[in-house]
Amino acid sequence: MPARTILHADLNNCYASIEMLHHPRLRGHPVAVGGSAEMRHGIILARNYEARPYGIKVGQTLWEARQKCPGLIIVPPDYDKYLRFSRLFRAILSDYSPRVEPFGLDEAFLDVTGSGKYGGDGGAIADEIRGRVKFELGVTVSVGVSYNKIFAKLGSDMKKPDGTTIITEGNYRRVAWPLPASDLLGVGRRMTVKLAKYNILTIGDIASCDPDLLQNWFGKWGLFLYTYANGLDTSPVAETGSESAVKSIGNSSTCPRDLVNDEDAHIVFQNLAESVAERMREQGFMAKTVQVSLRDNDLSWFERQMQLPQPTHVSTELCSAAMSLLRQNWKWEKPLRSIGIRGVNLIPIRQPRQLSLFYDERRREKAERLEYAIDDVRRRFGHYSIDRAMLRFDSVLGRLDPKADHLNPTG
Amino acid sequence: MNNIIDYKEYLPSDFKVYVDVNELRLKDGRLLPLSFVWEDGDSYEVDRIIETRPAASLKAGGVGMRYTVRVRGRETYMFLEEDGGLVRWFMERR
Repeated sequence: MPARTILHADLNNCYASIEMLHHPRLRGHPVAVGGSAEMRHGIILARNYEARPYGIKVGQTLWEARQKCPGLIIVPPDYDKYLRFSRLFRAILSDYSPRVEPFGLDEAFLDVTGSGKYGGDGGAIADEIRGRVKFELGVTVSVGVSYNKIFAKLGSDMKKPDGTTIITEGNYRRVAWPLPASDLLGVGRRMTVKLAKYNILTIGDIASCDPDLLQNWFGKWGLFLYTYANGLDTSPVAETGSESAVKSIGNSSTCPRDLVNDEDAHIVFQNLAESVAERMREQGFMAKTVQVSLRDNDLSWFERQMQLPQPTHVSTELCSAAMSLLRQNWKWEKPLRSIGIRGVNLIPIRQPRQLSLFYDERRREKAERLEYAIDDVRRRFGHYSIDRAMLRFDSVLGRLDPKADHLNPTG
Repeated sequence: MNNIIDYKEYLPSDFKVYVDVNELRLKDGRLLPLSFVWEDGDSYEVDRIIETRPAASLKAGGVGMRYTVRVRGRETYMFLEEDGGLVRWFMERR
């Protein structure tokens, strides 16, 4: 493969920066965005640089943060505003490449190989992007430039705020390898602990580890780590619009054991619905129709669908639609081997919609905000950091991680 | 603890002024502000539009399409802000 030039752009302290831009009085004070401040619970989702010296960290509970910094100003999140900003951010990025792949609301990869601008010079493009984001959006962005997505992402973490870091095939051993293993994409907390037990502390340690050992310890994921650490990842940056061209977003699963009743199906549907809803939110869609697919243990298969009373990207609403389809169409004469759920008839989140008189909009909005908050927690701390209690009732069915392959930046 | 800081005290902007604007939509899609009513109640003609580009207003706190305009011999900015479904104009208080 010819050498690629890949950028990873990461808005610094995104939510906190957006709040500080919109509310100048906040500037200069320690500020955090977090859960519902009035209710005095929830966690910190973002904090500004002024809050850092107090030890305020993302993921802390609000009371813990207030104890560390009594002067901390905690602003509740405004996801509509952040989504709007995210779109403006991506619009700037898409001036530089037809390949812009969002990675959450505040990060994106772009492939500028052969870009007309600056003869494809990644560093120059990164600097221009930083300048434009600052001027047009009033917030700062850090950009990593490299020949693969993993090192580009690593680079964007190195100079904050507002810096460009270039990791090349010539310097990655010097720049990337001394960094702690936990900086590498895909190395979570538990893995960091496990790696440390084997005295693998840096990215360089992972790179020089025997891949067979890594595979023994971590399965397939161990091999990913090995390729990542050695700069051998070749996953492409997705084409812009590939996500907006989607007609539907769905997920199905062949279950670890056959499903025999509504309760079993409910666990799996809820689990699937969460990943589907999360992807809808990520890509900015709501579904007007829900479709389920059912396959019994003879492997005969059919699909049913229904219109929703309101377009949604809330997992519990998708799940309850799926359950009502199931109840109407399946009498449990045979167990089910595999089930799937899919949101179709997608509309963009921003499209105005008719509010219903017969529907509690406030409750619905709360459910929406809850799910955005869960997305955040999961993105930062991993899928299993937060879970519905119902998924714990059945250790076999509840352990499915339908989004696991999504940890991989290839999407 | 009853000394929790109320974030709401920090939300008002001291320099952001929303204004009524008389605008002209051209057939090519462009939007031109013709005049605006400042918070003192006076109406001000926009004599010339010097430049338009997307920009943030750090002073007022917001982003939008920024029109650099000449008004009574002075250059100033008018921002066309899109906030949710709401599209409106704001300017910076001096």
